[in-house]
Amino acid sequence: MPQDLIRNFSIVAHIDHGKSTVADRVLELTDTVSGRDMREQVLDSMELERERGITIKAQAVRVLWKGHQLNLIDTPGHVDFTYEVSRSLQACEGALLLVDAAQGLEAQTLANAYLAIENDLEIVPVVNKIDLPQADPDGAAGALAELIGGTSGDVVRISAKTGQGVEEVLDAIVERIPPPSGDAAAPPRALIFDSSYDQYRGVVAFVRVVDGTFSTGRRLRAMAQGTRFEAEELGFFSPTMRASSTLEAGEVGYVITGLKDVSKLRVGDTLTSEEEPAVEPLPGYKDVKPMVFAGLFPTDSDDYPELRDALEKLKLNDAALVYEPETSHALGFGFRCGFLGLLHMEIVRERLEREFDLDLLVTAPNVAYRVTTKTGEVLEVHNPAEMPAEVERVEEPYIKAAIIVPKDHVGAVMELCTERRGSFDHMEYLSEQRVLLSYELPLAEVVIEFYDQLKSRTRGYASFDYDLVGFREGELVRVDVLIGGEPVDALSLIAHRRSAYPRGKLLVERLQKEIPRQMFDVPVQAAIGSRVIARETIKAKRKDVLAKCYGGDISRKRKLLERQKAGKKRMKQVGGVDVPQEAFLAVLNLDDAKR
Amino acid sequence: MSAGIRHLYVHLPFCAHRCGYCDFVTVVGHGRQHEPYVDSLLRELALERDLLAPELETVFLGGGTPTMLAPDQLARLLEALPPAAEVTVEANPETVTPGLARLLRTRGVNRISLGAQSFQPKLLEVLERRAGPTSIRRAFYHLRDASFDNISLDLLYGIPGQSPTDLARDLDDALALGPEHLSCYELEAKPGTRFTHRHGGELSRQAGAMETYFERVVETLTAAGYRWYETANFCLNPDRRAGRDLRARHNLAYWLGRDYLGVGVGAVSTIQQARRRNTPRLGVYIERLRAGEAPPREVEEIDEDVRERERLMLGLRLDDPLPFESVAGAIDRGASARLEELGLLRRSTVDGRDELVLTTRGRFVGGAVTAELLA
Repeated sequence: MPQDLIRNFSIVAHIDHGKSTVADRVLELTDTVSGRDMREQVLDSMELERERGITIKAQAVRVLWKGHQLNLIDTPGHVDFTYEVSRSLQACEGALLLVDAAQGLEAQTLANAYLAIENDLEIVPVVNKIDLPQADPDGAAGALAELIGGTSGDVVRISAKTGQGVEEVLDAIVERIPPPSGDAAAPPRALIFDSSYDQYRGVVAFVRVVDGTFSTGRRLRAMAQGTRFEAEELGFFSPTMRASSTLEAGEVGYVITGLKDVSKLRVGDTLTSEEEPAVEPLPGYKDVKPMVFAGLFPTDSDDYPELRDALEKLKLNDAALVYEPETSHALGFGFRCGFLGLLHMEIVRERLEREFDLDLLVTAPNVAYRVTTKTGEVLEVHNPAEMPAEVERVEEPYIKAAIIVPKDHVGAVMELCTERRGSFDHMEYLSEQRVLLSYELPLAEVVIEFYDQLKSRTRGYASFDYDLVGFREGELVRVDVLIGGEPVDALSLIAHRRSAYPRGKLLVERLQKEIPRQMFDVPVQAAIGSRVIARETIKAKRKDVLAKCYGGDISRKRKLLERQKAGKKRMKQVGGVDVPQEAFLAVLNLDDAKR
Repeated sequence: MSAGIRHLYVHLPFCAHRCGYCDFVTVVGHGRQHEPYVDSLLRELALERDLLAPELETVFLGGGTPTMLAPDQLARLLEALPPAAEVTVEANPETVTPGLARLLRTRGVNRISLGAQSFQPKLLEVLERRAGPTSIRRAFYHLRDASFDNISLDLLYGIPGQSPTDLARDLDDALALGPEHLSCYELEAKPGTRFTHRHGGELSRQAGAMETYFERVVETLTAAGYRWYETANFCLNPDRRAGRDLRARHNLAYWLGRDYLGVGVGAVSTIQQARRRNTPRLGVYIERLRAGEAPPREVEEIDEDVRERERLMLGLRLDDPLPFESVAGAIDRGASARLEELGLLRRSTVDGRDELVLTTRGRFVGGAVTAELLA
């Protein structure tokens, strides 16, 4: 199709502001899906996404409207996937900026809107849910217009639920969003904005063709990574997969690569042909680095091979997931996994438990630390237990947080950010009621229960987004937990000197409750180096005997003792103390519950 | 081939009432079964006679309530049993009359184990015991009058509602009678029993306070001149009774891992590599023996490894050291060293032979120590 008849766009919206419903209506109105086939929210294909109301993986759907080819490119809706969002946006010329008429702008919407504006996208502002009784379409339209620098007359007002105004949106896409402007005659170049893995067909890349034409059967190359493969099949989604012999400049579609490893084809890379290679890749490729780390251990150590297989399979679909084997004295064999952020971690964990039926023990998350040793060596530490005892300095990742909150809750948010070692950057009134607070915070302070605290202190009204802004030196210490005088690697944590004491105390108190009493007093301590900062004692049992044992009881009592012995063998021995796995689980899960 | 067994147990299941906490093989009522049951016992004994040594060390009549048996049947049974150095009968206080005491004494019984359990009426009620404190004392006096000079009292502690003062009173009341021997058991409320159903809540509320009861029992009795010779058993020191060793010889045989023959419904025998348990069903037991056959039995093989583990488990209950070589194969050496270091276990060499014994601290947590020590 000639490029002037093509429009590529995405929808930027906060969770629950109706992105999927808008997409559904678009599919219906353009007869892409008949009403009968209409499955609610067609684009969200994964079970998990549907339940959590978020979209993990971008997909693209082609529809036809009044002689034009419109490609709707779906974007992930969360901060952890900012890089993926930016690649998706780079594949578009325009974006619908969708805001709930009742809720107004949220921090995420703002972040993604800025991202779209930075990518020079034409923004079509849309206010959704105007049918709701508590809707304030004028207020929302005003805020939108102010944000993108237009007038509220430009804002399309719709109800995706009833279908009201959706045709206008389609018309606005055709009228306002510019067509692609690549060079159809140049050597082919296409941006990979997403990929997924199919067990029969290998890696499927989602691409936006910028220049030239791609044809089925040709040899292709990913320019940054150098991966070579044959285009086994080209095509597009409408909404199901449809093969096509070519993908031309300006079009969006998929390439079936036959590759068996998703990490061979990374989002942001540029595809070109081997026969007629482009000279320059498209701009913007970067290797995403995980920032949040946690140990994943099977609750039953016999499940270790299953966990390894499951991670391998997940990795096929999730290039951002990294993992390496980890052996914990306390928890046995597992993996230290790196995630883009907390949500990413939660998604991975849930998928492992749900899709692979694994019972997991997840250690408290920590961030990546950059450590300079006394000898001047610089290490990146992903596991508190690996933090050297003697360090010159430790740097930790910082974020710039944007928090949008009703003005009544500004005080509460400022208090929270201060507690979390935040430094105030600026504050801005988005409307009379809504305030944007900008803070710089250590990422480590955000990965543990920050979001829940934020929500609870603002009665759920605050929204939150962040960007990484680099590493900074901090007064950081490693806190070790010792049971019977022996450190428990899985429970070590890195904390700011100020919070080391309360966190150590909490851990020690929980362990004291969870570890069964032994034949002797067991000290449970938290320590920084050799200095003990918190201590509890598990008092020794005063009695543990089988009251009576005569001729008729011997077999039963012997079996009882043998079972007791077998039970002990399954426990982890730390400092001469038999610690049931449940104790670790309880301590770690309590962290989860609080987060 | 004679197994040369020197210890005989005779089970008498009859009871007037089944106490809520009891888990022995017992039957209530069945008055008409007493005679056929004694017939059956004697038949079983006749069938197993070859297993016994020509001279027995001990005979023990346990239950149930052996003294519930009709006196003529009890007399018939005692007369038919082989003689032994120690013949013990378990008795419930309410069954002990001057006549019964004489009957027992004149038919070779020389040791009585009297099931007192407590001297507090409210606690006896909780335990569903028939006898009150007065009848316990009276029973004791009847036995003394019949010149029994080796009487043991059973006491229970950790009874729902039992305060530390109640415990102290029970111990005082028991000591006031001057028994030669005391067995003190912590009440075991087994999950799923009627007793636990009724008293479990109270017991878990009291668990913290009752933790010290075992220590209190041991302290009180040892201070009163008793030897804590087994986890739950105490006997008067020899100097108090003309140098006599008043340990229960029959039970000592169990704890030393010796073979024993048990006859009667539900009775257990350990004979070399086998442990066998008679059917617990009274009707089946009587019927089979009436037909001249051995009762149905569950047989468990206990090879030398198992017996070694049992010797360890049982031997560590005693205050006498255990010869190390008799249990060496059952011991986890690492655990043994750890337990020694913790002051729970003591290994010493006497006359060039290694011995093993729990320390006082170790005996209070003997179950856990043994579980740890087992290889």
